[in-house]
Amino acid sequence: MNRAHYRYFLAFTLPALAVYVVFAALPLVNSIWYSLYDTDSGVARFVGLENYVYLFTNPTTSERFWNALTNNLEFFAIHLLVEVPLGLLLAALLTSGRLRRSTGVYRTLLFIPTTLSVVIVGFVWRLIINPLWGLVDFPLLGDERTALPTISLMSVWQYVGIPMIFLYAALLAVPNDVLEAARVEGSGAWSTFWRVKFPLIAPQFGLIAILTYIWTFNGFDLVFALNGSAPGPNYSTDILGTLFYRTFFGSSGQLSDLDLGATVASVIFLIILVVTAAYFGLLHRRLRSYEL
Amino acid sequence: MKSNRDRAGSLVTHALLIFFALLAVAPILVIVVNSFKTTPGIFGQPFALPNAETFSLGGYERVFTRGQFVTNYGNSLIVTVGATVATLVLATLAAFALTEYKVRFAPLVGGFFVLGIMLPIRLGTVPIIKTMISWQLMDTLTALVLVYTAMSLPLAIALLMTYFKAVPGAIKEAARIDGAGELRTLSITLPMVRPGLAAVASVTMLPIWNDLWFPLILAPSKENQTVTLGVQQFVGQFLNDYPALLGALTLGAVPLIVLFVVFSRQFIQGLSAGIGK
Repeated sequence: MNRAHYRYFLAFTLPALAVYVVFAALPLVNSIWYSLYDTDSGVARFVGLENYVYLFTNPTTSERFWNALTNNLEFFAIHLLVEVPLGLLLAALLTSGRLRRSTGVYRTLLFIPTTLSVVIVGFVWRLIINPLWGLVDFPLLGDERTALPTISLMSVWQYVGIPMIFLYAALLAVPNDVLEAARVEGSGAWSTFWRVKFPLIAPQFGLIAILTYIWTFNGFDLVFALNGSAPGPNYSTDILGTLFYRTFFGSSGQLSDLDLGATVASVIFLIILVVTAAYFGLLHRRLRSYEL
Repeated sequence: MKSNRDRAGSLVTHALLIFFALLAVAPILVIVVNSFKTTPGIFGQPFALPNAETFSLGGYERVFTRGQFVTNYGNSLIVTVGATVATLVLATLAAFALTEYKVRFAPLVGGFFVLGIMLPIRLGTVPIIKTMISWQLMDTLTALVLVYTAMSLPLAIALLMTYFKAVPGAIKEAARIDGAGELRTLSITLPMVRPGLAAVASVTMLPIWNDLWFPLILAPSKENQTVTLGVQQFVGQFLNDYPALLGALTLGAVPLIVLFVVFSRQFIQGLSAGIGK
């Protein structure tokens, strides 16, 4: 029977494994591999870290890279400081026990922006903040100082539903007898939330923060939909995703370079991997200590 | 007895939620309402409902004559349904095997799949392009179906495993004693994991339908454009034709909103169970 188990296990998992390996896992590893080669002449030539040296020492590419990285940090920080706390607030309101049948209606309405494509989100907001419509009379997207925060907040508007739903599910799982005990002790809604509920959902809160990091460092769509592949004004909204796209795909004034594209992808992958590994290695374990 | 404090608290809760719900929905309503107006109507009274003077379907007419929405919808439908069905079939087989057969490396394979929930698959785009070129799949819908299936499998497998674990072992044993093969045994358990399949289908469809990255790179030509890419390019070309632009945006948004409102329970269940593990 055991041998048969092996046979069935292989037969049933192989199709999924094949597709997943060929089109997801292997390309990620191969990106690193390709970044060590030069294929410009038509034949692949091993060049070691030359592509990385070029990326970080060529004045144009290195300036663009650090600019995109700084912008991406700002893009992430705005999500972490606005989207995640707002998601927590909405989840707390939805599970406060003060709503009856209306919970489902609010939940659905609040999640609707998340179901839209970024193309729609981008243009909806571009129209609404269009000075012609008179709601704002400042060109928010046209000024280098305000363009990136504006796009970040559009993205927060779209995706706040994700931390909301995720933390909502976590809060629903808090056992009722714990809450009942807090109520009997005379604890109010505010202190019950911070002293009882929040410590219990801290692991999920940490997880959504790190997922937000991964997603924002993998961001591209909204910036591209609004500002194209050389996102202005003057690259002030360029993030790592648009830099990566521009490098391997090319754009006006820039030739496509697959080798350098693979190099940029590997650097982004490293940036994501190091922080994610550090989070799971150092922080996540401690947050789990409260688990019931 | 309900105290005044309780009543005030519930009032504040509703007020806050109504405020945020309006913030979420109003921008979309503004677009939909304005898509039924003339250009002067859109800019003269952007927040008014269309009246006899400003009502017009001209935008939609131009969307259908100059855009290719029928082709775009067809492509999105083929890609989304294709990848969702492929994901469901492959993930069901794999999740069943991962929970059913206690072989030594099963946890390893399971972990390898689950890791993919967090992996930024897009960063592998350069090797994906090379693979598609050498398989002559560049600029085809097949390329999109393959990549989206690979992208969706990890979450789908993780989700389905939680449902398969809940199926009582006695049912499978009874089937085997009756002489059922392994595939037949799997199909007998399927009705019991139906909520899981619905949850997987709904969380799989949405990101595929809305993706801009892979259509842009793997299937950019006019015949193969999905709705998301089609709207993006249409909007880029008709920047000054606001009624048509708003019509295109409305056509791009409404089907998904309707689908979501209908399936929101399965969707939210799938999402919260999926990332909660």
